[in-house]
Amino acid sequence: MSENTVNISAPGAPRVHSRPLSRIGAMILRHVYLIRTSIPRLIELMYWPTMQMILWGFITRFLLTNSSYIAQAAGVLISAVLLWDVLFRGQLGFSLSFLEEVWSRNLGNLSVSPLRPSEFLVSLMVMSLLRTLIGVLPAAGLAIVFYEANLFALGLPLIGFFAILLMFGSAIGMMVCALILRAGQGAESVAWLAVFLIAPVSAIYYPVSILPEWLQIVAWSLPSAPVFEGMRAILIDGTPRFDLMAHALGLVMVYLSIGAGLFLHAFHVARRRGVLLQIGE
Amino acid sequence: MSNPIVEAWNLAKSFNGTPAVRDASFTVAPGQTVALLGANGAGKTTTISMLLGLILPSAGRVRVLGHDMVRHRYRALHRINLSSPYVDLPRRLTVEQNLLFFGRLYGVAAPKARLAELAHDLNLTGLLKQPGGQLSAGQKTRVSLAKALINKPELLLLDEPTASLDPDTADWMRGYLKTYRARSGCAILLASHNMMEVERLADQVLIMRHGRIVDRGAPGELIERYAHRNLEEVFLDIARGTEPGTAGQDVPAVAAR
Repeated sequence: MSENTVNISAPGAPRVHSRPLSRIGAMILRHVYLIRTSIPRLIELMYWPTMQMILWGFITRFLLTNSSYIAQAAGVLISAVLLWDVLFRGQLGFSLSFLEEVWSRNLGNLSVSPLRPSEFLVSLMVMSLLRTLIGVLPAAGLAIVFYEANLFALGLPLIGFFAILLMFGSAIGMMVCALILRAGQGAESVAWLAVFLIAPVSAIYYPVSILPEWLQIVAWSLPSAPVFEGMRAILIDGTPRFDLMAHALGLVMVYLSIGAGLFLHAFHVARRRGVLLQIGE
Repeated sequence: MSNPIVEAWNLAKSFNGTPAVRDASFTVAPGQTVALLGANGAGKTTTISMLLGLILPSAGRVRVLGHDMVRHRYRALHRINLSSPYVDLPRRLTVEQNLLFFGRLYGVAAPKARLAELAHDLNLTGLLKQPGGQLSAGQKTRVSLAKALINKPELLLLDEPTASLDPDTADWMRGYLKTYRARSGCAILLASHNMMEVERLADQVLIMRHGRIVDRGAPGELIERYAHRNLEEVFLDIARGTEPGTAGQDVPAVAAR
């Protein structure tokens, strides 16, 4: 290579029309490229929900003959495990999409681009949705084939449950990402652990009423418990509980606001501390 | 006279009480190449980061393309770009996917056409289908430069643009940047401790030491003022804090066996 081989295409004024939706679209495209080119990532997304469903399917079969509670509604445990996976995968999908930028040392590039932190959050939420659908839909289909347990029997309220759990997963993901921005990449293991902190009080497989009284207060302050109670109300009593849905929806909005606030604050602090270029090293 | 692309007034940044940049004031005019020259830890990368709004200054103000970069950085960021060894492009994505992604992120009107231009100009055509993680250091630098030029920036910030390149590729890169600047009219601010690079590319040099701009001028002016043969000797005088004209004379003693 030497100077006389330099080619410069005709220069001209930049023709850039940067808009929020196009920037969010670009971020989604970047993650779609990543998932599409990585078969192990794709398999990993589907593997755990499917294994969980198979395991709980056999447990259900066993309990059907030994438990009057399960005999009331055979699909209750499998529906619970699939909805729990919506929350778990939603949170993990959000956090891992953020961590992909940290691992590839791309956060600096994004931070000097026109992408605003709020648009970054929205793109991570969309990625959380896509990753969750990739993971949970095959498992839900197989549950029908293997165990005749149909999650879609929940009907229209399923859309509400799904949306609330996904948003709650994103809210927890925002808090995890805020922690990673604050404490560095060493905190990334929290992405895998965070959601299990609320599992015992989310009333996934049992009603809130069996928890000690003080833990019931904690359970009702999380959007996940009313969702699982609402699921059981439909599958066991055949009654959609819109009061529980409204309770969960109100709470999830609060958690989303807190999560977004913490993330934006952590981003601001990272700018003050000058760590955005170095994070991931 | 047209407005400066960059205006920095009394910029300062401290990390946990330790000053990294102190009282830095300078401007970059349209079409000008300004080099920040200094040893490791002199404050070059911190200064560039403050220009991008990536680091909030502890004191002082910075305007880029007329916008305050602390409060309104998003009004300017689509007209700026950066290439830095501190960041990387997603390694699993191919070169083509990376450049298309950044093209869309910056809102480039015809990203595929721009990608084709850059692939031609930077000899990337044969690399477009390769994942970023499989590229050599020289190839990565060219791809990083392509990313930095994807939006035809009016201000191009380059942090150590030839740091990991072999002499031939580094020479080609300098030639490319010089020609690009001349034809596009963009302003360039580069941080470097490669004296030859700075002498060849820069119209103005800001010499930094311990976070301060301790001297400034055109490369030729500085060499003349310090009565040296080249910028490297000027830099050594300033970096070591020796008397002007004594650089190269303070060779450390080697104990005889």
